[in-house]
Amino acid sequence: MITGALRFQRYAPPLIVFFAVIVLWEVLVDLLNIQRFLLPAPSVILEAFFRTFSTIMSSAAYTIRSAVIGFLIGAGTGILVALATARWTTIREGLMPFAIALNSVPIIAFAPIMNNWFGSTNPMSKIMIVAIITFFPMMINMVRGLTLVEPAKLELMHSYATAPFEVLTKVRIPNSLPYLFNALKVCSTLALIGAIVGEYFGGPRESLGVYILQEAQLFRFDNAWAAIIISALLGIAFYLIILAAERVAIPWHVSVEKR
Amino acid sequence: MQSVVLLKNVNKSFGSAGRPTTVALKDINLEIGPREFISLIGPSGCGKSTLLRTIGDLIEVTSGELLVNGKPARQARINREYGMVFQAPVLFEWRTVLKNVELPLEIMGVPKTERTQRARAMLKLVELQNFERHYPWQLSGGMQQRVAIARALAFRPELLLMDEPFGALDEITRERMNAELLRIWQETQTTVVFVTHSIPEAVFLSTRVVVMSARPGRISDIIPIDLPYPRNVETREHPHFFELVTTVREALRKGEEMRET
Repeated sequence: MITGALRFQRYAPPLIVFFAVIVLWEVLVDLLNIQRFLLPAPSVILEAFFRTFSTIMSSAAYTIRSAVIGFLIGAGTGILVALATARWTTIREGLMPFAIALNSVPIIAFAPIMNNWFGSTNPMSKIMIVAIITFFPMMINMVRGLTLVEPAKLELMHSYATAPFEVLTKVRIPNSLPYLFNALKVCSTLALIGAIVGEYFGGPRESLGVYILQEAQLFRFDNAWAAIIISALLGIAFYLIILAAERVAIPWHVSVEKR
Repeated sequence: MQSVVLLKNVNKSFGSAGRPTTVALKDINLEIGPREFISLIGPSGCGKSTLLRTIGDLIEVTSGELLVNGKPARQARINREYGMVFQAPVLFEWRTVLKNVELPLEIMGVPKTERTQRARAMLKLVELQNFERHYPWQLSGGMQQRVAIARALAFRPELLLMDEPFGALDEITRERMNAELLRIWQETQTTVVFVTHSIPEAVFLSTRVVVMSARPGRISDIIPIDLPYPRNVETREHPHFFELVTTVREALRKGEEMRET
């Protein structure tokens, strides 16, 4: 049982830091007379946030859609490919070096190519970027989860003369779940980055990336900052959804229990 | 009466092409009858774990005959005729205590109600009936090992193979677990082959202690333990217990000397 006092003790330090930074920001902008186009004060951003909220959200809807669809495709394929490699070891040995190499490539650099292939206003150009960005971490982590099984567990299953498929469903897949959720958390962040940055290279007018770019070019930095805050909130929301799913799916795991 | 385990001139060597082979087991002859409790004891590298693993068909023998319940070890494994307990409990973190014990039954296709019933009975046997909904990390090391024993016994194997199951436990817990294992062995009428480093443990538990020596791994002596049952705390303070401990210790030393000469 976490009592009210304990809960306060846990959440108080980050809250204090958060408000201290905001206050400091506000005071410094005022004292040093920082120009609005360099850094708007929090109060100005907050005002812009409420003024433009509905405009930003309608742009954000497009970006969220690209991010979520791309995420589902990328993470889904990553999981399926990983499962296939658990079954056919040669595939794994052939694919893993490339997957690890490609995972360190900044995929976002391909955004202009995707815009060229699909057309910058076609949602597919962003969905594909997100799908590729999320595929590699998902696949690599999932393969690790399926293969890094305690040898004694496999020996025990061998002593029961267990069929390979049952070893997969009863040992390898449950073993991979913590890895899977870690990858999903990474991918949730990557998906949003991929979608927004992809839009910087060109996209429909009603999208978060294009909105931020356009407002910045028009020197409406307060609006740009408001949109950035919304993208940050979206990223956090995405992450929290995965966290909640993890709690439901693997209540036995230490990372869930210790929180 | 048919022997549960029969080893005739069993040899096992490890090695790959171009490297000298290590003889892990040399000319092993051993017959284990029903309801025996056999301890394998010896210094590190004497092949006691290897011997246990060959009986369990986790390692193949190089030459010789190895029968479990009159069948080749491989067939006995496929028929699921033995249960295995390792030094680590090897519990599945994602399963509750009850589900861990049910695991072998699940794999063997036992219907759900029956396997829950049987797993509960086994947990009662190891006195963990109040912990069936716990996850492994919520239990102490000794309790986890009891779950592993319950799991190994859940499908009522005729043979229980135990590879230093209490090696990681402290002395007090170990002695308690010894007493419990003895009680379980008497209740279940299982044959046990038990690998250990500890002389008192071997003497306390066994009907016979098989003394092994290293390089090459071989059986150097077999000592029958004629301590009366029930064995309990007083058994450990009995003069005859100490005599037997001394006998085993001397047999171990003699095995070592044979190697040096």
